[in-house]
Amino acid sequence: MIFSCDSDYYLSNIKGERLDIDENLKSDPTIEKFIKPYRESVNRHMDSVISYAPDSYSKNDTQYNTAIGNLMADAVLEESDPIFYSRTGKHIDFVLLNHGGIRAAISEGDIKIRTAFEIMPFENSVVVVALKGKQLVLMSEFLATGGRAHPLSKTFQLIINEDSSVKSATVDGQEIDPKKTYYVATNDYLYNGGNRMTFFHPNDSLYVLDYKIRSVMIDYFKKQDTINPKHDNRFIMKTD
Amino acid sequence: MKRRQFIKQSSAATALLSLGSSSMHSLDDVSKRITILHTNDVHSHIDPFGPEDSRNPNKGGVARRATLVESIRKQNPHTLLLDAGDIFQGTPYFNYYGGELEFKLMSMLKYDLATIGNHDFDNGVDGLLAQMPHAKFDFVSANYDFSNTVLDTFVKPYKTFTKNDIKIGIFGLGIQLEGLVNKDMYKETIYHNPIEIAQDMSRILKEEEQCDLVICLSHIGYYYSDMPDRVCDLNLARSTKNIDLIIGGHTHTFLPKPTIEKNSEGKNVLVNQVGAYGLYLGRVDFYFKTGKETQSEGTTILI
Repeated sequence: MIFSCDSDYYLSNIKGERLDIDENLKSDPTIEKFIKPYRESVNRHMDSVISYAPDSYSKNDTQYNTAIGNLMADAVLEESDPIFYSRTGKHIDFVLLNHGGIRAAISEGDIKIRTAFEIMPFENSVVVVALKGKQLVLMSEFLATGGRAHPLSKTFQLIINEDSSVKSATVDGQEIDPKKTYYVATNDYLYNGGNRMTFFHPNDSLYVLDYKIRSVMIDYFKKQDTINPKHDNRFIMKTD
Repeated sequence: MKRRQFIKQSSAATALLSLGSSSMHSLDDVSKRITILHTNDVHSHIDPFGPEDSRNPNKGGVARRATLVESIRKQNPHTLLLDAGDIFQGTPYFNYYGGELEFKLMSMLKYDLATIGNHDFDNGVDGLLAQMPHAKFDFVSANYDFSNTVLDTFVKPYKTFTKNDIKIGIFGLGIQLEGLVNKDMYKETIYHNPIEIAQDMSRILKEEEQCDLVICLSHIGYYYSDMPDRVCDLNLARSTKNIDLIIGGHTHTFLPKPTIEKNSEGKNVLVNQVGAYGLYLGRVDFYFKTGKETQSEGTTILI
């Protein structure tokens, strides 16, 4: 009999298992040798020093606003605004990021390219959303009730009452005008509804800057010999 | 309907496994064995996690995976090595080299086939195309229509292999891109319903291509408990026929062993996924016997 085609076979047994990849396996020397120059090149670049941190800063240092969050939001404002202005003739009013988006602390000592990768390992990038003031009212209420230190740039100030209601919300020192259009920089993740920040919709328009948050951080650090982030009063609870 | 018998991992099955090497060996003598090895969601994890890592200390690593794959290939040259997508994104290697190193290493490990995950679009269809010359293996996706993109002709719906006289058909499935990937990245890639496509693919592979073994390489996700009706590997298994194995990805589901599901004809389908980051290698061995499957025999599944 000639076994000419598949119909001569049938499946009699199947065996399935999961195999661990761990230190009990020896590394293949050819593969290891091939990776080495790539690893060394990446590490050399990642370990290049771009700034200095006089202290350590984490997103859990303080309530409502943190030094590291303030640094990030202000960096997005400083680095993105010239790009936005050159493309649209308009300025970014303020920046809102998310507390969970700060993925690591900045440790005292040298700030390296690696630090920016640790703070922002994701590829999220800056978008500017044209939002009516009434959406900013919703945003303020969201921030007030959540009470989390979502990073805000220094151009926005939110004061909340002890019952988590909004006491005042200002952009550049001015009360929010519900009818005015504001240009709010954030990241694409939040714009798409991440962190339940639904207030970015509806909006008047969206500007995609093609500028990763991580690149913002690297560009910002390179301009600072020594960073000096501070906890301040941009988002606080009024207790008296 | 053929009677199927299977032994689940239990004390009895473990006992059978431990005396097993001799019984499995005798099985080898009379049957043809095809070994399927698979990874998913490796996400540019080329180096092992360091000893200080809080979640996966000293685990993973491509060079170790190479050693394991090579030793299995020595045992059985009739082996296929597959990846279920999200090869890209997750370590600086991707940011620095755009996926070049991932593809070069997979080629050195002699991967046979891969499907495309949502993160493989992270540098756009152009970014993926740019890395194609570094991949000595093929890509399959049956439900992404790339004909209006630069990837047209680079991705086929399915591929067949003949190993040890056994014909194996493998097709790919990808997840809905809208809302998950920026349109500027996937451009004019058209997404079709994976289940409808899979019904069609399994028919083509079983009936037209006369494959002995049909495998789906999927990046649609294992199961979404908050949305039980959403398209996923388990629902795919239940609503199709003629698929023997679904190798999944996307949900980073760490299955300690393959799941056995019933297909639309009540036959068994294996669904497997090995989490993420190259921490594990999935292995499924298929033993074929010559002749027609008889009423009394059926397929024994040992997991």
